[in-house]
Amino acid sequence: MADVSEAAAPLGRFDLTRIPAHIWVIVVLLLLVPTFTSGFVQFQIFGWAFILGMISLSLMILAGYGGMVSLVQMTAAAAAGYAVAIFGASAVAEISFAWPWPVAVILAIAISVLVCVISGALAIRTEGIYTIMITLAIGSAFFYFTRQNYTVFNGFTGFNGVQPPQVFGVTWNDPTPFYYLTLACAALSYFFAVYLARTPFGLALQGVRDNPRRMAAMGYNVNAHRLAAYAVAGVISGVAGVLLVWSTGQISPNTAAIGPIIDILVITVIGGINRPIGPFVGALIYVVLRTYSLDVLTALGLDGERFKLLIGMAFLLIVYFSPDGMCGIWDRYITRLWRDPKREGADG
Amino acid sequence: MAEAAQAPRRDVGAEFALELTGLSKRFGALAALTDISLKVRPGERRAVLGSNGAGKTTLFNCITGDFPPSEGAVRFFGEDITRFAAHERIRRGLRRTYQISLLFNGLTVFDNVYLACRGVSAGRFSMIGLSPRDPLTDAADELIEIVNLGEVRDAPVADLSYGQQRQLEIALALAGAPRLILFDEPAAGLSPKERRELIAILGRMPNHIGYVIIEHDMDVALSVSDRVTMMHNGRIFKEGLPDQIEKDPEVQALYLGSGHD
Ligand SMILES: Nc1ncnc2c1ncn2[C@@H]1O[C@H](COP(=O)(O)OP(=O)(O)OP(=O)(O)O)[C@@H](O)[C@H]1O
Ligand SMILES: [Mg+2]
Repeated sequence: MADVSEAAAPLGRFDLTRIPAHIWVIVVLLLLVPTFTSGFVQFQIFGWAFILGMISLSLMILAGYGGMVSLVQMTAAAAAGYAVAIFGASAVAEISFAWPWPVAVILAIAISVLVCVISGALAIRTEGIYTIMITLAIGSAFFYFTRQNYTVFNGFTGFNGVQPPQVFGVTWNDPTPFYYLTLACAALSYFFAVYLARTPFGLALQGVRDNPRRMAAMGYNVNAHRLAAYAVAGVISGVAGVLLVWSTGQISPNTAAIGPIIDILVITVIGGINRPIGPFVGALIYVVLRTYSLDVLTALGLDGERFKLLIGMAFLLIVYFSPDGMCGIWDRYITRLWRDPKREGADG
Repeated sequence: MAEAAQAPRRDVGAEFALELTGLSKRFGALAALTDISLKVRPGERRAVLGSNGAGKTTLFNCITGDFPPSEGAVRFFGEDITRFAAHERIRRGLRRTYQISLLFNGLTVFDNVYLACRGVSAGRFSMIGLSPRDPLTDAADELIEIVNLGEVRDAPVADLSYGQQRQLEIALALAGAPRLILFDEPAAGLSPKERRELIAILGRMPNHIGYVIIEHDMDVALSVSDRVTMMHNGRIFKEGLPDQIEKDPEVQALYLGSGHD
């Protein structure tokens, strides 16, 4: 991670001009997406990508800014999803409390924060591979526990029939409203993550990543900063978890099985683990591959399951050629064409 | 010096800024420090001399809590801080620099100093973006001027010369309201001109801020200190006024013998 982390902090002062022009172009295009795409694309491609992007963004904040590779983010999102199903309404009426949706949503986000903070408390004293292992262990414990527990989590089947609320007379899981809902949440978390880098907390977090010993010698409680980062990440994965259960209407142990847990890491690495846009780029690539490779592969007479092979190969290629993911490739091969070539050395 | 918010002083009358009693540190079988007892008065400027491997840096590490001593106690302005985490000691007004620069290479000079100022004040967890109206921005800029780094304020640390990085080390230790600073060989590797600047910076420090400075160069050490402590093989070997130490035959023998110039 060492050489990668250097590039993580955008160094300029924060203001809107620090958001590069191509991001603004993307924002406008994204606002217009529903005018030229089908409901399927809006819901299944973009909606899903925004949700996975947010979960991956919570990992990016921990890993990119804080140097902590946490595999518990999908689990935290799923915990939030469960909370929506349990405290709100679902088809499993014996368990669900059917409380008003704002209560369920706030509880859901709080629970995601709790899952992250507890995992963080166990993981912050470790480093590198050990952080990955501890958080993965917590994730699998959650998976097996939810599968075996019927009184609270309804075991293997989990919950279905979880409906998003009708607010302002809008059915929020209709494709276009859902598109804008997820876009708004994703954009907010993205801009928050960019903003965070230039706040005392964000700057200190990057300091803790690069030089924990010096940070302590300057008065910072290094572990408290790490833990706070887990809490911040928990808010974002919590919101994503709520959107996730609203999008599919169901939540079950498989939502946060080992596969999806690893997928979040893969998405973040493919997109770029060192900057907030990376997770969304990675999520879009993942969702597109996942959705269309199945058709393409079966049309070619191949096993649809080979999708995993494709993703795996993409992962391998990216890790091999660009440790900073697609964003790194963008920097190296595209930005180079019109930017100051002297910056190359510093970036690469 | 910028005064940032810090814990109120309950111990203004403390007799010693730093009081070490029976401090020892072992690394496995190696006794890096043995039974060190040392007293530094508030505002005092103390030089620590000693050959390579004498245990000087280890002494600093035990005082600041970078790692714990094997035995003994550390008192800071009367308070026993032996079991305190490093950041808690720093928040009480203890500061240090590192022999091998420990800076944030990806960040700018300003960001480094700003982080140091923020570390010893409130709002370490603030998620409000940095702004020029932030009083700590002025505090940081003031420190940057004190160590003559105004011209490279916005340059990444990685682009600084060695001498500039050493100045930055010092700026980080001056942040907030220090009461005692531990300088670990700040002059090592500096050019004669940079050395003079360093001595001037130390000379301009307000009287109430004491320091302990590790320095190989006898001339520099004697010119910036009120008292000198000599270390050898993890023990205190001699302590006295600068001119006493300079004339001491045992010290001379040791210094010539250990190959320092
Ligand atoms: N973290 C450590 N682990 C093991 N041994 C150590 C460690 N730090 C220091 N030592 C050993 O302790 C002894 C004292 O080292 P120290 O760095 O304190 O000496 P010093 O007086 O600062 O020397 P120098 O003038 O070279 O800076 C040395 O023998 C060193 O090898
Ligand atoms: Mg040393």
